[in-house]
Amino acid sequence: MKSKTNLFETIVHGIFLVLGLITVGCVLLITIYLIISGIPAIREIGLLDFLFGDTWASTAAQPQYGILPFILTSIYGTAGAILLGVPVGFLTAMYLAKMAPKRAKSVMEQAVSLLAGIPSVVYGLVGMMVLVPGIRSLFHIPDGAGLLAAIVVLAVMILPSIIKMSITALEAVPKEYEDASLALGATPEETYFRVSAPAAKSGIAAAVVLGVGRAIGEAMAVMMVAGNAANMPDSLFQSVRFLTTAVASEMSYSSGLQRQALFSIALVLFLFIMLINAALNFFLKGEKKP
Amino acid sequence: MISNRRRLFLWTVRGGMYLAAALTGILTLFLVGYVMAKGIPNITWQLISTKPSYLSGNIGILPDILNTLYVVIASLAIVLPLGVGAAVYLTEYASSKRLVGVIEYAAEALSGIPSIIYGLVGMLMFSNNFGTCLLSGALTLVIMNLPTIMRNTQESLKTVPQAYREGAFGLGAGKWRVVRTVVLPGCIDGVLTGCILSVGRILGESAALLFTAGFAHALNGFWDGLSSAGATLTVALYVYAKEQGEFGVAFAIAAILMVLSLLINLAAVLVTKYFQRRNAV
Amino acid sequence: MNRPVITVNGLNLWYGQTQALKNISLDIPEKSITALIGPSGCGKSTFLKTLNRMNDLVPGVRITGSVCYEGQDIFETNVNQLRKEVGMVFQKPNPFPMSIYNNIAYGPRTHGITNRQELDEIVEKALRGAAIWDEVKDRLKKNALGLSGGPQQRLCIARALAVQPKVLLMDEPTSALDPIATSRIEDLVMELKSQYTIVIVTHNMQQAVRISDQTAFFLLGDLVEYAETEKLFSQPGDKRTEEYITGRFG
Repeated sequence: MKSKTNLFETIVHGIFLVLGLITVGCVLLITIYLIISGIPAIREIGLLDFLFGDTWASTAAQPQYGILPFILTSIYGTAGAILLGVPVGFLTAMYLAKMAPKRAKSVMEQAVSLLAGIPSVVYGLVGMMVLVPGIRSLFHIPDGAGLLAAIVVLAVMILPSIIKMSITALEAVPKEYEDASLALGATPEETYFRVSAPAAKSGIAAAVVLGVGRAIGEAMAVMMVAGNAANMPDSLFQSVRFLTTAVASEMSYSSGLQRQALFSIALVLFLFIMLINAALNFFLKGEKKP
Repeated sequence: MISNRRRLFLWTVRGGMYLAAALTGILTLFLVGYVMAKGIPNITWQLISTKPSYLSGNIGILPDILNTLYVVIASLAIVLPLGVGAAVYLTEYASSKRLVGVIEYAAEALSGIPSIIYGLVGMLMFSNNFGTCLLSGALTLVIMNLPTIMRNTQESLKTVPQAYREGAFGLGAGKWRVVRTVVLPGCIDGVLTGCILSVGRILGESAALLFTAGFAHALNGFWDGLSSAGATLTVALYVYAKEQGEFGVAFAIAAILMVLSLLINLAAVLVTKYFQRRNAV
Repeated sequence: MNRPVITVNGLNLWYGQTQALKNISLDIPEKSITALIGPSGCGKSTFLKTLNRMNDLVPGVRITGSVCYEGQDIFETNVNQLRKEVGMVFQKPNPFPMSIYNNIAYGPRTHGITNRQELDEIVEKALRGAAIWDEVKDRLKKNALGLSGGPQQRLCIARALAVQPKVLLMDEPTSALDPIATSRIEDLVMELKSQYTIVIVTHNMQQAVRISDQTAFFLLGDLVEYAETEKLFSQPGDKRTEEYITGRFG
């Protein structure tokens, strides 16, 4: 009797252990798959030529596989989205966390959740139909699809995560800090911006990093508005390819070294994301400490 | 009393906050309104009840609707036991803090990986073995949604009072019986919330499905559907808008997706409210 | 004194680095009430929880020495079987979030009874045994969390009785209750004595005097004195016991 129940419990424990380890297994598998399939092309092309080559011509007679245009586009695009999205997101979060009447707050929070739930292809579609023609007629250029359109779409798409995380961080600021500032004669606005915001800084930094991760990883919406030519991002109106869209746009018809190179691009993107994750963790830990 | 400089600061930040909040609100309203206005007129019974045919030039999204349903069902059916099991391991069984940390870190890493990478790895891992089909897509989505289900279940397992566990152990119940009868029933709210969030994510996913599940529009039953290639609504939207220039259809699908995400948000709110009220008793 | 059911010999217990119980030896006689008293943190609850191995659930616990139940080392026997024989009632009433019926039936079902009729009988007997049958017989299907504190605690006692234990461990069972509910529980405990061996932790010395046959006084992990209740409170053999029962510390 005794050994039977113990055996049963041991088996159950074992099953749960396996289930618990599945996440770890998945991360390892993804990493291994990406490394194994991403390394060969980098070897063949050469790391420096691959990362810093400024021409991508995968289907040319003399194919060239330089992904610098994609890397720069991803960096510029993300930076642009952050530049637009963070101020709006932070100020909205500040208003909702500290100033907004209760009703307005709950309505707006619903709106933000909704914004977060809209599929990226819908963003892409609206961008295609409204933003791209808008940019074309506003700046009198032949095609509105390009870096600027992608930046605007990304800025809107990262807004909800920035707002949500900043609200959490701002609401976690101890009320005593704010009371102390108010008691010294500071106005509520001065208190929120000079006391609450600095106190919530690691949470807000985490929000920004999360936004960076979202923006750099987005593929479909960007694919629909960025034009997708493998150009260097020289101007805001240039038709460009991001790291994500470089993979997506050629995957379905690629073969041989071209296909392997796409996996290498994915590996580069993965490394970027892992760096961002590490940064995110750093800031989230910083928030828990005090 | 207040100097001009302070007044300037005050009005700048106040103006900035109002402007930003208004912008966010208007943006949401515009997006919802625009998609609805452009989409709803294009939703016809014909569209949602037929399959597309090149011969007659008909476009119908019934296969895409069904495919979406199949992918949601298959993904949830697989991810639920895995995610809930992982959460149970973390809160009920795990004794090593270090291991818990590793698993939680892995879950965080999973939720940070962009869907295009899931698409690629899913293609390598599943489509190369099972073919490009809904099952491969569903399996890819399982990995994507594992952290969501795990996290939500874990949070609600933490709220099950320790006293319940002690009570059951005190009656001589074994570990598994305690987990099954006392702990698991207490975390239904978390599981449900996790499910709703996952459904939302699956409905909105496209990049991870494009290369794993393909974009065919064939009309199939559940089991045949799983083993054949097919587009979900989001993938269909992309294909119709980007490749075929059928913007009317694309907007119709967008409107349907918009309504679905509204419903999902509503469901999440209602579930939270319901369980808050029930737990307050 | 009756024949001992539980014999404890040289029991030491550590939580990590801190020693919570130091070389405890005592016998618990059958069909009597043994009270464990002492200031908070003295180890009385820890000691109680050792008797049915509830301390196993606490990470980092280390135990030496022997505890025998009916002559068998409890650390060698099946823990679930032990807890069936040595039941427990907790400080705060902790009914499960299920119906009253299912709360009582939980234990018997755990130990393999599935016959509906048999369960009905056990449930009624347990509820009668805990003097709560008349109050709840018409709403057995209602959620147990709808009861107030006193009835909840009697429900928990009934739940413990339903697995037909020999020993009942009670960890300050009345500390969360009002005086009227407390006196009803005390009456119940004294009635139960005819069939069960009861060990009760209490912070209330009047309660110990009112209901218990023998009392053990714990201080900082030591068992200072263990004697018949009347003797311990009238002629304490140890200076520290005297100081405690006369209210000089604690």
